[in-house]
Amino acid sequence: MALLAETSTGPGPVLVSLQAVQDRFGYVPAEAVSLIADACNVSRADVHGVLTFYADLRTSPPPDVPVRLCAAEACQSVGGRELKRDWERRCGESAELAEATGADEPVFCLGNCALAPAALVGGVLVGRATVEKVESMVRGSLQGSP
Amino acid sequence: MTVWFVPRDSAARSVGADEVADALVDHGHTVVRTSSRGLLWLEPLVERVDDDGARIGWSNVTPDEVTGEGVLSTFVGRVEDIDFLARQDRWIFERMGITDPIDPEDYLAHGGMVGLRAALAMSASDVVDTVIDSGLRGRGGAGFPAGIKWRTVAETPASPHRGEPATAPAHKYICVNADEGDSGTYADRMVMEGDPFLLLEGMAIAAHAVGADRGIVYVRSEYPDAISVMTQAVDIARANGWLGEGILGSLVSFDVEIRIGAGSYVCGEETAMLESIEGRRGMVRTKPPLPAIEGLFGTPTVINNVLTIASVPSILARGSSAYAALGTDASHGTQVFQLSGNVARGGIVESAFGISAHELVYDFGGGTLSGRGVRAVQIGGPLGAYLPSDRLDVPMGYETLAESGGMLGHGGLVVFDDTVDMAAQARFAMEFCAEESCGKCTPCRIGSVRGVEVIDRIRGGEDAAFHEDVLRDLCEVMTDGSLCAMGGLTPMPVLSALDNFPEDFQHAAGGE
Repeated sequence: MALLAETSTGPGPVLVSLQAVQDRFGYVPAEAVSLIADACNVSRADVHGVLTFYADLRTSPPPDVPVRLCAAEACQSVGGRELKRDWERRCGESAELAEATGADEPVFCLGNCALAPAALVGGVLVGRATVEKVESMVRGSLQGSP
Repeated sequence: MTVWFVPRDSAARSVGADEVADALVDHGHTVVRTSSRGLLWLEPLVERVDDDGARIGWSNVTPDEVTGEGVLSTFVGRVEDIDFLARQDRWIFERMGITDPIDPEDYLAHGGMVGLRAALAMSASDVVDTVIDSGLRGRGGAGFPAGIKWRTVAETPASPHRGEPATAPAHKYICVNADEGDSGTYADRMVMEGDPFLLLEGMAIAAHAVGADRGIVYVRSEYPDAISVMTQAVDIARANGWLGEGILGSLVSFDVEIRIGAGSYVCGEETAMLESIEGRRGMVRTKPPLPAIEGLFGTPTVINNVLTIASVPSILARGSSAYAALGTDASHGTQVFQLSGNVARGGIVESAFGISAHELVYDFGGGTLSGRGVRAVQIGGPLGAYLPSDRLDVPMGYETLAESGGMLGHGGLVVFDDTVDMAAQARFAMEFCAEESCGKCTPCRIGSVRGVEVIDRIRGGEDAAFHEDVLRDLCEVMTDGSLCAMGGLTPMPVLSALDNFPEDFQHAAGGE
């Protein structure tokens, strides 16, 4: 793989290679583990260990419009817990929303703590997030996608 | 045609700055995307130059308030006269909100590279002495004197990567810790998005001082805009001779690489960060060896936080004595405080140490966003103490905060109003530790899980007095038995909640 030829030669290549594979495919397919192990000259167990340590690295394809609601203190102070509860309720009402956004994966701090609560909707940072705002962005993104 | 300045900071973008910039362009205006002033409750804050050459601004602009004539939203007057900004003492944030972050000409026109030129005119050991004299201490939280750390690296000979033959090329590294995972902190992000050359200039000064040839900025993946700006800035800096072979015509050669984290809080701990950069699981290393002697790939390594390195250019430019004169006896210079959470005016306050938490929360922050009373302020991130509202007169400084049972951490203040359930906050601290522990130390890995259970028992009224003893005992084991701050400091928010707000634990225990 040309991709790995590039990432496996520098210092500390395993994590960089996993990140490159995920950038390309959206997740790390199971067959990539042994390819990365060979390219970096480490064991498959080493690659598996790194793959399972980091919250960002995923082993299945991501949802169409991932929604991540910040679960940390600054967002809690202005209703982050309630936002998460209400969003989950909304997804419970709408199978379409639930399927498009997948299960909420907790994220601790998006660095937007002065304009909390913060959310990341399809990779776009939202300040002063509300259920309505998140839903309209998800729906807008679904309509915009082919 | 009027030129309008619209921030490109991701906080401003999160409340519509891009749409406002587009609307201005649609109406025939010229737009320059700048960094943010850090007056985040006003974002999007749109500015233009008035007839006297001063910047005037309009706050909380929405796209439908943009017309062919200008902007119709709330006029805030001269931006530099806004009390929140006028009362600050900006060293690190001196260009913030003013310049285009990736325009090298703009950087030079506003004082950029003065510090690096001054440093290159000095011997390496004089640069180290200047940083020691300034009294600059690590802004990541530990507060270790930056110049002393630099001196250790300067005095340690460069070495090949671990496992390579002795004849292989020898290196020293400057590693900037930009894994800003603390809730309530965003100053590192703003520096990287808003003034990336400042960080690179500081790294080049450090490289000259200690004899390093390689630099790495480890940025958390949650900051995509910072990653993109830093990556562009490295290329532009190379093209301008600010990085690479013979920086600014000197004999110093130094290059920088941007590395991206992968969603792990513990990788903000310096040795876990080294493991992550080396491509492994982010497990904490035992010390010694100190990273300054045996750090990244086994070579001598300076590890500094973004704000530490970003303080250096202005120290070189304005002089160490001017910097050392600011602040308190043991905490010199300025700190970039970050106001967030339930606060009316959230944003950046760069001020000399010694300012009180009360001044920050009330005079700058304007109290809570909800308009209710302040009940608690968590200072220093998720591992920092919750201070009750009647103890906010503590002057901000490393030792002063420690004496009052708290810590400065990375300078974040998260405000909570009187609706907060402090037992729930204590529980969250344990939950967060369980989620993010690297797993190396048992008190942290297992203790945090047990901590959640014990707090649930106390809140459930199940033999509360006994379980409070268990919780305190557990906290002691975690504090004394963990290698790094993750397990070692998680007890701080837990015990501060328990000690300062015992009624929340009892209230829950009584059942509603």
